[in-house]
Amino acid sequence: MRGKYVIAGIGHTKFGRLPGRGTVSMNVEACRNALADAGIEKSAVDALFVKVPTSKYSSMYGQTLAEAMRLQPKVGGVWDQGGATNISMISFACMAIDAGQCEVAIVCLADDPKTGTRQAYEKAWGDDGAYGWFSVAAGYGLTMQRHMAEYGTKPEQFGEIAVAVRNHGANNPHAALRVPLTLDKYMESPFIIEPLRRDDICLVSDGAAAVVVMSETRARELGVKAPVKILGFGQGQTSYDVPLRPVLTETMAKASAQTAFKMAGLAPKDIDIAQIYDCYTIAVMMTLEDYGFCKKGEGGKWVEGGRVAAGGELPINTSGGLLSETGMPGLQLVMEGVRQMRGTSVNQVKDAETCVVSNQGGIMTTHSTLILGH
Amino acid sequence: MSFPLPEPTPLSQPYWDALKQGRLTFQRCRKCSHSWLPPRAECPECLAAEWDWTQASGKGRVISWVIYHHAYHEAFRERLPYNVTLVELDEGPRLITNIVNPDAGIAAEKPVTLQIEDEHGVALARFALT
Repeated sequence: MRGKYVIAGIGHTKFGRLPGRGTVSMNVEACRNALADAGIEKSAVDALFVKVPTSKYSSMYGQTLAEAMRLQPKVGGVWDQGGATNISMISFACMAIDAGQCEVAIVCLADDPKTGTRQAYEKAWGDDGAYGWFSVAAGYGLTMQRHMAEYGTKPEQFGEIAVAVRNHGANNPHAALRVPLTLDKYMESPFIIEPLRRDDICLVSDGAAAVVVMSETRARELGVKAPVKILGFGQGQTSYDVPLRPVLTETMAKASAQTAFKMAGLAPKDIDIAQIYDCYTIAVMMTLEDYGFCKKGEGGKWVEGGRVAAGGELPINTSGGLLSETGMPGLQLVMEGVRQMRGTSVNQVKDAETCVVSNQGGIMTTHSTLILGH
Repeated sequence: MSFPLPEPTPLSQPYWDALKQGRLTFQRCRKCSHSWLPPRAECPECLAAEWDWTQASGKGRVISWVIYHHAYHEAFRERLPYNVTLVELDEGPRLITNIVNPDAGIAAEKPVTLQIEDEHGVALARFALT
């Protein structure tokens, strides 16, 4: 399937505070923009893959959205892997098209934790609430602490990631947070759940995004202007509960990447740009390790000296990621991968030919990988 | 403001009852001897539904920990900063807990011993650095 399917169009809403819109309206706007970007009519769409809104679950939400767009998809519904859902749905769309089940798929998500409820991210973990064990952030803190204890990873090394991504976002007119960051400012930022500092943690944002997936052949027939080839994809999942992971500092991101790299016939050394799910800086550090850009435990040293910043060896999250562009879970990274391959990013990497994108959900519970390229 | 106390189920009631009596217990499979917490109806290793509550030695080690500087629940505001620690028992199961003497210096792999404490009338399995 390498190179046989493409992302034909991308679209999104504004990012940040969108009070009163609701997820259906935001999804429809993103889909409308993605269809316009692909230059195709709605009537060409026969599949709709939707990420369930995490903040407020709603039964058969996929059909609620299809109805709002007067679509009767052959293949449709919601999928729930948290933030890993987006890339997984892109891969399911490719597989469904390959199996002759549909021809043109929209993959989309919307959520409004900024102006709606963010209870899903701040709740107690069952009976462990009695010990004060609350929030998604705490699970990332636990993992980060173990990484520091086991490998001697330093706060400044996590700071390198935050600084690079925030500065990329500062250059992006669509980014919700456009305040650049220095390493000194990072170190001064207050602990939320030590060792997590405020600037290790992503934004909370309302917003929606959508991409259109079809075969390269269909894209040619429909006159799509700037299709971007999908070279590989993969997935991997581990335990829901962080404490129950055999090794806290390893995730199934490794398996996910291996599947994707094998499909693409590429290795980490062949990758020009990476869009790495940066809900927390520790997630970036561990994904870089699990993907094989460096050895396990060496991520801290590896990111030093601006290696992941614009102009570095492997620029990451060139539109600002979750730390700066929008806290929206994942599809912004896919869209930025598409822009880089088209040559239209605000932080365009010259002559870039390959981009790897990671999505993950929960507390590094679910993972999916996408490789885009020429 | 109510304290977020455990909500025992028929499955987990024996765990909380044992703690009240001063014993930390875990589940052990009769088929494959796998040991686990938190309570569940089937062995996550061999999927058998035959298991026993077994008393733990109360000895374990620190896997990791965090220090909360922000309260996600009103009941914990006055305790800030407070630690939540992941401990692995010598018998294998892991549990989320608090270290009662954090000033001794929480660190990965440090040995800990069970110290059951009352929390709003419920016995919790906390641990002390030894």
